[in-house]
Amino acid sequence: MTNLLIVDMNMTNTDTNTAADMESIEIRKDQLQLTPAAVPDKGVLLGFLRQMLLIREFEVRTMQAYQNRLIGGFCHIYIGQEAIAVGTIAAVNPDDPIVLAYRDHGHALARGMDPKYCMAEMFGRIGGCAKGKGGSMHMFDADHYLYGGHGIVGAQTPLGTGLAFATKYEDEVINDGKSNHVTLCYMGDGALNQGCFYEAMNLASLQDLPVIFVLENNRYSMGTSIERGTSMAHDLRVKSEAQGIHHAIVDGKNVISTYQDFSSIADWCREESRPFFVEAQTYRYKGHSMSDPRKYRTREEEANEESKDCIDILENFLMEEHDVTQDSVKQMARQVKTQVLQAVEWAKNSPEAPIEELYTDVYTDVWGPYLGTSKPEMLGDEGSEQ
Amino acid sequence: MSVATAERVIEFRDALREAMSEEMRKDKRVFLLGEEVAEYNGAYKVSKGMLDEFGAKRIIDTPISESGFSGMAIGAAMRGLRPIVEFMSWSFSLVAADPILNNAAKMLYMSGGQFGCPIVFRGNNGAGGQLASTHSWCVESMYANIPGLKMAIPYDAYDAKGLLKTAIQDDNPVFFLESERLLSTTCHVPEEEYTVPFGQAIVRRAGTDCTIISFGRPLHFCLEAAKELAKEGIECDVVDGRTIRPLDIDSMVESVRKTNACVIVDQSWSFASIGSEIAAQIHAICFDDLDNRVYRVHSDDVPTPYAHNLEQAYLPNARKICEAVRQATYNV
Repeated sequence: MTNLLIVDMNMTNTDTNTAADMESIEIRKDQLQLTPAAVPDKGVLLGFLRQMLLIREFEVRTMQAYQNRLIGGFCHIYIGQEAIAVGTIAAVNPDDPIVLAYRDHGHALARGMDPKYCMAEMFGRIGGCAKGKGGSMHMFDADHYLYGGHGIVGAQTPLGTGLAFATKYEDEVINDGKSNHVTLCYMGDGALNQGCFYEAMNLASLQDLPVIFVLENNRYSMGTSIERGTSMAHDLRVKSEAQGIHHAIVDGKNVISTYQDFSSIADWCREESRPFFVEAQTYRYKGHSMSDPRKYRTREEEANEESKDCIDILENFLMEEHDVTQDSVKQMARQVKTQVLQAVEWAKNSPEAPIEELYTDVYTDVWGPYLGTSKPEMLGDEGSEQ
Repeated sequence: MSVATAERVIEFRDALREAMSEEMRKDKRVFLLGEEVAEYNGAYKVSKGMLDEFGAKRIIDTPISESGFSGMAIGAAMRGLRPIVEFMSWSFSLVAADPILNNAAKMLYMSGGQFGCPIVFRGNNGAGGQLASTHSWCVESMYANIPGLKMAIPYDAYDAKGLLKTAIQDDNPVFFLESERLLSTTCHVPEEEYTVPFGQAIVRRAGTDCTIISFGRPLHFCLEAAKELAKEGIECDVVDGRTIRPLDIDSMVESVRKTNACVIVDQSWSFASIGSEIAAQIHAICFDDLDNRVYRVHSDDVPTPYAHNLEQAYLPNARKICEAVRQATYNV
C-alpha cells in the first residue's frame, strides 16, 4: 500500500528473465506511476464493513432460498469476493456507469440497490429490479447507473466500451465540455478467453475511452482453472499490453488497498480519458453456480483461501487501528441480518407478475400483441439508498 | 396536374445519406459508425461527405471488428445515444450475432423496461454479385424470428429515405436491410421532409388475378413478371411489405381476398422463412378466400454459388415468379 508502481509495457519479471536476457530486450518507456489514495477514515471503513457484511448475508440467504426452490435458473454466489465490489465502486462517482457479468448481486448492493428488489428479482416477482424478467444474472438499476449483469461470458465488455463512449460523447459533443466520467466494466477470468474482450479493449484504446476493465480473477472459469484456460495466466498484463492499455494488480481481498489503488487509477482514467485493465486477485468460496460440487479443486485449497477472508482483514484493521470492538461488529452483523431477512420477506410477499407482463417491454411502443413498456417499482424509490 | 418544377430524382444511396444527415442535424445524439464510413467516404459511398459536415466525433471509422463495434454502439444506445451502425454487408453481422440479437433485441425486456436500445443497424443484404456463399447472406428470415427488433427492407429511393428516418427516430433496435444491387437505382424523392411509417405495405402494381407479396430487391423481378403476365391476361397485385416487423398482414390479406390467389417471393431460403411465415398466416386467415394453395419463390436451398450461371439459377427471377403465378391461377 505504499507506492503503487504500475510497471506495465515493460519486462521486469526477474523470475523468468536473467540479467543477460534483459539486455537483449528493448525496454519501453511507457511506465506509469500512480500514488494510491489515502486510507479512508474510520466512518468510511465502517461503511465498507457494513456493505461487505450485507453482501455476505444476502448471499447466504440467497443460497438458502435457492435450496428451498424459491429461486430458479442459474445462480452465482459472490461470497469471498465482496471487497472488490465494495472497494472499487466506492472509488468512483455515483453517476459513473457500471456494467457487470453474471455474478452480480454484490455489485448491485454495493451500488445502492435495495436488497429487497435484488431478492425479488431472483424470486421472479413483479417487485424485482427487472420485474422478474431477468433473474439472478441480470441486475439492472437505472437510478444507480447500473447497466446490468450480463449472462453471456464477456458480452458486457463491448457494452462497457460503449458506455464509456457514451459518457465521453455526452460530455464532449452534446455538452461541449471535457470528458469527466469513468465506466467500470467487470469481468471474470473466463472472459479473458472471449474474443469480444480484445475487440472491446482495442476500440477503447483507439477511441481513448475512459473505461476500466475490472478483472475479478477468482482463478476458475466454471470448473476450469485459469492455468488450463488462459495462456500467460501468470502474467496477465500481456493481455492489455498488446492493446496499449495499462495494467495493474490489486489485492482483491483487501478492501482498503483495493479502494486506495483503484481511486487513483479511476482518477487517472477520468483525467486522461484512457482505458485501464485492473486485475483484482481473489477467490470464490462457493461453486461456479449453485449446482457445482467443486470437484476440480481441493478442500485444502479452499480452506487456505478462506483463512485470508476479506471481511476478517477489514475487521482486524478496524480493531487494531480504530479500537472497534467485537461487540460493535456483531451488532452491525445483526442489523444487516435483519435487513436481509426483511428483504427475503418482502420478496416472498411481492406478487407474481401478471401474465400481461409477458408482452410488455418487448418494444417501447404498442403494436400487434405488444403492450409498450413500463418501469419497475424500484425506480424513483428514494428509500432505496442505503 | 401540372408540376411547376421538374421532380427531383436521386439515387437510393443519396436518399440514405439524406435521411442520416437530416436526422443528425436535428439530433446530436445520432451518430454513424462502421467500417470505412468516414475517411473512405463509405465502402458504397452512402456516407460520402458526412465526415466533412459532422466531423470525426460523429462519423466514426471502426476497425473490422463487428462484434466489438456493434456491442460498443449498443452500450452507447443504453445511455440514450442513437447510433447508426453500418455493416458493409449484413453477411458480416453474423460475427456480431451475440450483441445484436442478445443485447440489442432483448435489453428492454431483460432490464424490465429500464434500458431500451434506440439503434439502427444498416447495410447491404442479399446475393447477386458473384460473392459466393459467405458474402451473399439474406439474413431477413433468420433475424425476423427474434422478438424485440424491428426490420425494414426498402425497395426504392423514396422508401429508403422515408423508412430510414423512421428507423432513426424509433426507440427500438431496427435492422435496416439495403441491397447493393439497388443503391444506384433512382426515383423521385421530394425536397420536403417526410417519413414512411413502419407496418404499412404498399401496392406497387394493381391487379385482380393474383397477389404477389415481396420485400426489397426481389420486387424488381416481381414487377418484371407482372408485366410479362399481363401480356397473357393475368393481372397481378404486387404488394411491397416494406417492413417485416411490424408485418402489415392486413394489407396482404386484403389483396388476397381480392385476387383469391397468392405467390410469395422471398430471396432467403425456403425452410422456416419469411415466405413460409406469411404463407402460414395467409392460409390461416384466408382459408376460405383462396382458390389454390399459396405458392412460394425462394433462393434454392443450397449455399450461394460463385459461378455466374449457377448464381442466376439459384436466385428468384421473373421466369420463376411467372411460373408460380401461372400455377397459383391454374394457367398451366
